[in-house]
Amino acid sequence: MKTCLVVDDSSVIRKVARRILEGLDFQITEAEDGEKALAACRQALPDAVLLDWNMPIMDGYEFLRNLRRMPGGDQPKVVFCTTENDVAHIARALHAGANEYIMKPFDKEIVTAKFQEVGLI
Amino acid sequence: MTPADYEYLRKLLKEKSGLVLSADKQYLVESRLLPLARKASLPGIGDLVAKMKAGSQSITVDVVEAMTTNETFFFRDKVPFDHFKETIMPALMQARAVRKSLRIWCAACSTGQEPYSLAMILKEISASVAGWRIDIVATDLSQEVLEKSKAGIFSQFEVQRGLPIQLLVKNFKQVGDLWQLNPDIRSMVQFKQLNLLQDFSHLGTFDLIFCRNVLIYFDQDTKIAIFNRLAKQNEADGFLVLGAAETVVGLTDVYKPLADKRGVYRPSANRTASPPLAPAMGAGAIKAAAR
Repeated sequence: MKTCLVVDDSSVIRKVARRILEGLDFQITEAEDGEKALAACRQALPDAVLLDWNMPIMDGYEFLRNLRRMPGGDQPKVVFCTTENDVAHIARALHAGANEYIMKPFDKEIVTAKFQEVGLI
Repeated sequence: MTPADYEYLRKLLKEKSGLVLSADKQYLVESRLLPLARKASLPGIGDLVAKMKAGSQSITVDVVEAMTTNETFFFRDKVPFDHFKETIMPALMQARAVRKSLRIWCAACSTGQEPYSLAMILKEISASVAGWRIDIVATDLSQEVLEKSKAGIFSQFEVQRGLPIQLLVKNFKQVGDLWQLNPDIRSMVQFKQLNLLQDFSHLGTFDLIFCRNVLIYFDQDTKIAIFNRLAKQNEADGFLVLGAAETVVGLTDVYKPLADKRGVYRPSANRTASPPLAPAMGAGAIKAAAR
């Protein structure tokens, strides 16, 4: 079973994402900010990260930059999932090493399509 | 909706668009037509039917469009587009190396995602098709969806289904909450209104025909007739691509499946012969389908 770390400061979004991804046969762990997500990655690198942008303490962009510098940190597929729905943010995310980008609001179909796109399904 | 209203709609949709509704599809009709009734300030589908019986052409067109418009998305099913890039294009480019021109037809293109997906692939491989003339003709029954297709404007939801983010950034411009395809991609596709039940020989011949997820709505005789007419517009060494739930097998021998490439077919040697299985397309049906 593949693993996915869901990183979002909204517990509602984490719950919705968990339900969708468990339906796609992923084992889920959760983190509410970038710092906690990095700690989780140091314990065990997931196959995928579903990543919010705006979060307290450490945002998604900083998390991604740190993740990609970690040993093995180039392995997880990172899919941003954010309300930052403009080209400038998308370009920054891709430049920092994001594999895909979901613009909120999202649904199961979009998550499935994006995870398929990066070869996670 | 009364059984009589449903029968009227079933008959009309079969005549006008070839759409075949089984007796248990009342829910589908209601879900598609109730919003239309409300838009026309009518209390229900019965009143919509009454207007149609009274001769309202505009309501009839709206009803046919509402029932035949299908949701689609970029790179739908992915595999056919991989076949296009990895199998079909290399074969056609080899076969047309002297002529350096190709014609592609997306039949029943709905809101344009399929032809635009092909156009984006062609842009990605632009170095290998430099100097080639490649026409993409996209047709659909519905004028309303064709207008949307031509504008190339899609919602945030639409651009996220099947479209890799890199292609979004590369080929679209953000307009408020919407996304518009760049002019270079839009200019690669010509949109035309066409009813597949009517004669389409005027479109000319094509090296490749995409006809996906539309024939499933037709009855067997209509499917056979359309396959036989598609084959006449397909170059002898060309290709036909069907949807995942569609096949020619058991219906007609004018096309043969391509081994190991699900959904891809090539015309048979006898494609222009009068096929014994094909029913005569009644002149009345064609006339009724004409708008």
